[in-house]
Amino acid sequence: MCLAIPALIRFIEDKEAEAEIGGITRRISLWLTPEAKVGDYVLLHTGYAIDILGQEEAEETLSLLEEIARLAEEKG
Amino acid sequence: MKFISEFRRPELAEGLISQIHRESKTPVRFMEFCGGHTVTIFRYGIRQVLPPTIDMVSGPGCPICVTANVDLDKAIALSQISDVIVATFGDMLKVPGSRSSLQEVKADGADVHMVYSTMDALRIAEDNPAKSVVFLGIGFETTAPTIAASILQAGEKGIRNYYVLSLHKLCPPVLRAILDSGEVKLHGLICPGHVSTIIGSHPWEFIARDYGIPCVVSGFEPLDILQCVDMLVAQVENNESRVEIAYRRGVRPEGNQQALKLMERVFEPCSAEWRGIGEVPDSGLRLRKEYQHFDAELAFDIEPGPTYEPVGCICGDILRGVKTPADCQLFGKACTPEHPVGPCMVSSEGSCSAYYLYGGGF
Amino acid sequence: MKDKILLAHGSGGKLAHELVERSFVKAFDNPLLAKLDDSAVFDFSGRLAFTTDSYVVSPIFFPGGDIGKLAVCGTVNDLAMSGAKPLYLSLSFIIEEGLPQSELSEIVVSVQKAAQEAGVEIVTGDTKVVHRGSADKLFVNTAGVGMISEGVDISGGNARPGDKVLLSGTIGDHGIAVLSQREGLSFSTQLESDCAPLWSLVAEMLSASPNIHCLRDPTRGGLATSLNELAKQSKVSIRIEEEKIPVREEVLAACEMLGFDPLYVANEGKLVAIVPDEDVDKILKAMRENRDGKDAVIIGEVRAEHPGRVVMKTCLGASRIVDMLAGDLLPRIC
Repeated sequence: MCLAIPALIRFIEDKEAEAEIGGITRRISLWLTPEAKVGDYVLLHTGYAIDILGQEEAEETLSLLEEIARLAEEKG
Repeated sequence: MKFISEFRRPELAEGLISQIHRESKTPVRFMEFCGGHTVTIFRYGIRQVLPPTIDMVSGPGCPICVTANVDLDKAIALSQISDVIVATFGDMLKVPGSRSSLQEVKADGADVHMVYSTMDALRIAEDNPAKSVVFLGIGFETTAPTIAASILQAGEKGIRNYYVLSLHKLCPPVLRAILDSGEVKLHGLICPGHVSTIIGSHPWEFIARDYGIPCVVSGFEPLDILQCVDMLVAQVENNESRVEIAYRRGVRPEGNQQALKLMERVFEPCSAEWRGIGEVPDSGLRLRKEYQHFDAELAFDIEPGPTYEPVGCICGDILRGVKTPADCQLFGKACTPEHPVGPCMVSSEGSCSAYYLYGGGF
Repeated sequence: MKDKILLAHGSGGKLAHELVERSFVKAFDNPLLAKLDDSAVFDFSGRLAFTTDSYVVSPIFFPGGDIGKLAVCGTVNDLAMSGAKPLYLSLSFIIEEGLPQSELSEIVVSVQKAAQEAGVEIVTGDTKVVHRGSADKLFVNTAGVGMISEGVDISGGNARPGDKVLLSGTIGDHGIAVLSQREGLSFSTQLESDCAPLWSLVAEMLSASPNIHCLRDPTRGGLATSLNELAKQSKVSIRIEEEKIPVREEVLAACEMLGFDPLYVANEGKLVAIVPDEDVDKILKAMRENRDGKDAVIIGEVRAEHPGRVVMKTCLGASRIVDMLAGDLLPRIC
């Protein structure tokens, strides 16, 4: 449930922002994430940013998955 | 696409699948609570790539599926009141109530608008000052804060013709009810991702602590689900039961405090009727006294008429994870996506819909 | 009120004649139409293909096209999918009273341009005007005839096990471009409809090899629906690979945001071809040399087992069924 997709904040005006998702743009609300800044990636759900995505955490997760893939190859 | 494509890489999926096959020795049943997870699982064929030791069952985390018939009938009754515009997310349009659906009454001339966001509903209210706009507030903790924000915005802007029919539901209480019923034996829970974005991971701790069931909060990409299953298997094989977050880029243990604050400011918990499960205490949300002038139930004389349940529909059993769509006499015959009998077939993330569209038994 | 279409414009009287002569005949400029007889009369020998479609798209102007261009390309493409060279079209308008004349003129120019590009002539037509509220601005119907050469036999029932499945380019562009203009869903995008006439692409494919078994343009219901239709008609199964299907980033983004599957989103300038394995390389080469097939790819193959079914290999290597579109594509929050 709860379809939410990553969107990049391009421009902020008061409690709203212009966000870009893969080449399309939309006006979104920052009522739930007032601390969001231009350049942040947010999780967009029904027009509202519900959280700021952790870029570091994303990279750490991917590194972990790459390590698992490497181990799996070694074990054949 | 950033944050999406990386989490669909096939070579990383292979690694996870391989590890799961190596580590999983104990036969287990895992439940994904959330309908969005059900869609990912079926869309990518995840059940097929898991070892035979792992049995997967879907839970009631589809807010459309668990909306009681009487509540749907209320929404339809509202659409029949003159000068009322019903604004709703697309999901609700086709769900059959006792006699009709919003899509059908719309075809008959009722003023029903589909919207992507409450921001659009507020705009409709501003553009139609002579009418009343009633927003159908469905969804779990992911969506409730956005409706709360819309009510506060309406207050700020002095919009007096905006109302909400609050049908919101909360997840942790219903999970407790399902586990208490003892109908389904679970060895692991794939916890909802975006609900946890809002409420954090602490609210799931009672499951690990009181029921000894491992819990992992998962994202919605195929790699996320696989990683989650891998972490659940690890807990099972190590005889552990605790709450972990796999979806670290989207969930913090404390959740989104601002969203929680807004939700708690506008709403308070109340008892709610879950289709197929019955009444669950403190599992719904209603508008607090200070915001009651936005409450559609108080502002309008809603006459939903008598409630009928469709005969032969076992959506309730499917929602509780006790039966599968294949067990239903109506599945694929009287009940199809074009002619749905129950909500599990209508909602794009209902189990029956997933089974039908993606070939559940395939 | 000279600048709006009135009921009188459709009633057959002076205003109606004025409209037809000043706007339509002038724009479509061909001897058959200029006669203004009740029927267009022409000689013919050989196999004819004949098709019709009605166009009710809303909004009538969308990024990359309008209802006029769509009405020409849609019918031209239906002929092309039978391997028929499009020759003549009929054009009927049902206009809601009050439509600005300027909008009708713009549509007519669009029709003329599309017809010219497609190499067809508009030889007969009709105009009706209905009361406000009885039509959504403008409905258009076109019927078309085309000629099929000797040796060409293209039909939905011709697919055989071992055949390859080709797709001419990215999917979902038209549906998303139109959706971006809808109330309540608005988002900005550079994305345009892929609306285009496909006869020149089909002609080049047929030159490379006349052995094309099936052609289909995946319009409403998307690629998934067309493949299901072909599988059922030919009583075979079709197996495709998710990784091979090209989708533009903007289409993917809009689909992710609204909860759609690109496989079900409409296209107006793409085709699916089912061809024998031994001809696939030369047909693919011919496609890629044409403007409308430059992104052509092989997306799958035809099998004998599980007739009527379409199966897709996901990025995880697992398989899932791809069914026809059931009902409308509705955005979801969950």
